[in-house]
Amino acid sequence: MTHTRRVRIELTIKFIIYLILCAGSIIFLLPFLWMVSTSLKPASQVMVYPPKWIPHPLMWINYVKGWTTLPFTLYLENTCIITFSVIAGTLFTASLAAYSFSRLRWPGRDIVFVITLATLMLPSQVTMIPVFLMFRDVGWLDTFKPLTVGAWLGGGAVNIFLIRQFMMTIPVELEEAARLDGCSTLGIYWRIVMPQLKTCLAVVAIFTFLATWNDFMGPLIYLTTPDKYTLALGLQFFQGHYGVTMHYLMAVSLIVMAPCLLLFFLAQKLFVTGIALVGIKG
Amino acid sequence: MNGNSIFKSRMARREALEGLLFAGPLLLGLLIFTLFPVLDSLYISFTKYNIFTPPEFIGLQNYRNLVNDSLFWQSLRITTIYSVISVPLQLVAGFAVALLMNQKVRGITIFRTIYYLPSVVSGVAVSLLWVWIFNPDYGLANVMLRAAYLPTQKWLTDPRTALGSFIFMSLWGIGGGMIIYLAGLQGVPQHLYESASMDGANIYQKFRHVTLPMMTPVIFYNLVMGIIGSFQVFTQAFVMTSGGPANATLFYVLYLFRQAFNYFRMGYASAMAWVLFAIILALTLLVLKSSSAWVYYEGERKR
Repeated sequence: MTHTRRVRIELTIKFIIYLILCAGSIIFLLPFLWMVSTSLKPASQVMVYPPKWIPHPLMWINYVKGWTTLPFTLYLENTCIITFSVIAGTLFTASLAAYSFSRLRWPGRDIVFVITLATLMLPSQVTMIPVFLMFRDVGWLDTFKPLTVGAWLGGGAVNIFLIRQFMMTIPVELEEAARLDGCSTLGIYWRIVMPQLKTCLAVVAIFTFLATWNDFMGPLIYLTTPDKYTLALGLQFFQGHYGVTMHYLMAVSLIVMAPCLLLFFLAQKLFVTGIALVGIKG
Repeated sequence: MNGNSIFKSRMARREALEGLLFAGPLLLGLLIFTLFPVLDSLYISFTKYNIFTPPEFIGLQNYRNLVNDSLFWQSLRITTIYSVISVPLQLVAGFAVALLMNQKVRGITIFRTIYYLPSVVSGVAVSLLWVWIFNPDYGLANVMLRAAYLPTQKWLTDPRTALGSFIFMSLWGIGGGMIIYLAGLQGVPQHLYESASMDGANIYQKFRHVTLPMMTPVIFYNLVMGIIGSFQVFTQAFVMTSGGPANATLFYVLYLFRQAFNYFRMGYASAMAWVLFAIILALTLLVLKSSSAWVYYEGERKR
């Protein structure tokens, strides 16, 4: 008697939870659906109340027209160059530093590690102006270098920390054996340690991709010639462009978002482990 | 014996050299992009500098001017309000959703995907989407309000609701925090719940005396990150409102950016950056200090 009652109560609670989660899901998805819907509308149906959620006819041409209003293909190229360079630099130099912190002994190592972590507390706005002036003095304004060079010099404290934490969990026996076989430190790092870091490096690469792809302030400060714009900068410029309306704006915005969404669907597991790793270890 | 120790010290020296080499890019980066700029920034904050003529030392004048700058206070006020409301709101909402999802409901992976999806996208594209959603005449927000027979809002175009719109929009991004909570919840040892059950604890008591205490480190992490992030809002404000209407969304970093790159008042902007640093540092230390009272300790407390 009491048992069946308890089961019934439990089922009711589960049903309510399910209902709340479903309602929430719709609310969370609605902005995306709204975006897709707008991007496929003929101009005459954009500013209409009540809105037509499924436009007729479906204007796939909006994507082409929006994309070609400005040289977005060029912006895509620029964004890819910057993003690729930043990811490569981050993976390489952050893992080198992490290896040094977790495996090699050198004077001042622990102090440097603490300083590295302390930079997390420093808002980038503090260093923004002197760094800008420095790049101006070496004549690098309006080039991609200010946006990429930092990644080749350490790759960010979070990434170093994450890779180091991951390295700590790898047993050192394999490395010691390689050392006895006469393998150099660089060889051990590259051939023994790096292959074991695959998951961790993939996580770092994904989050570096998202941050760089969507970065706005960096390009805004450093890139002035329209030919050098990134997608983020191009989109912002597009917004104020004469005659651009919502359906084009949404179409191009969706294209810009697409790689991030695609990456998420392809590597969902990595996202979840990665976030958990950062969240719990940080 | 002697030869061995010489060999050992040579090995140690070699290792130290290699260690420095491996950390070399980082060391260089710290020097060029952190240590030097921090000192330089502090110096610039004591000067009048328009980047075209050499900096002129003016002592504390920039900081004194800040005190009398009503826009500075406005930006600080706006950012603080945003932080005070949006951070706890995101904390609670993210935690609540994670709790619901942790109840062994079916399709948890699908829910997790949906709630996290907005956190994958950010920047200009998302800001443009929300400008359109908040459109007072044809935007999704007012479409929903009309459908529910509620009064429509002017959202970003009214100084009274503009900041609230930003807070509302920030709730779309609770997925990031939610996933961290979810990972934390799944890491709570099952035997704690079992022994609580044996002691006759009900659902609320289990939550209050097992889940909550075990989650305090995660809550702490999300709180600190949330505070730091909320004081650095820039892109949304720049793209969606450029600080308007009537400076109602003049976020701190937006105003700082304007001083630096529109008016070229580098000294003044640097002073603002240092004030921002001081605020973030003070808040973080405050949370850190308070943490001894509520992180972990909660689990020790009886009753």
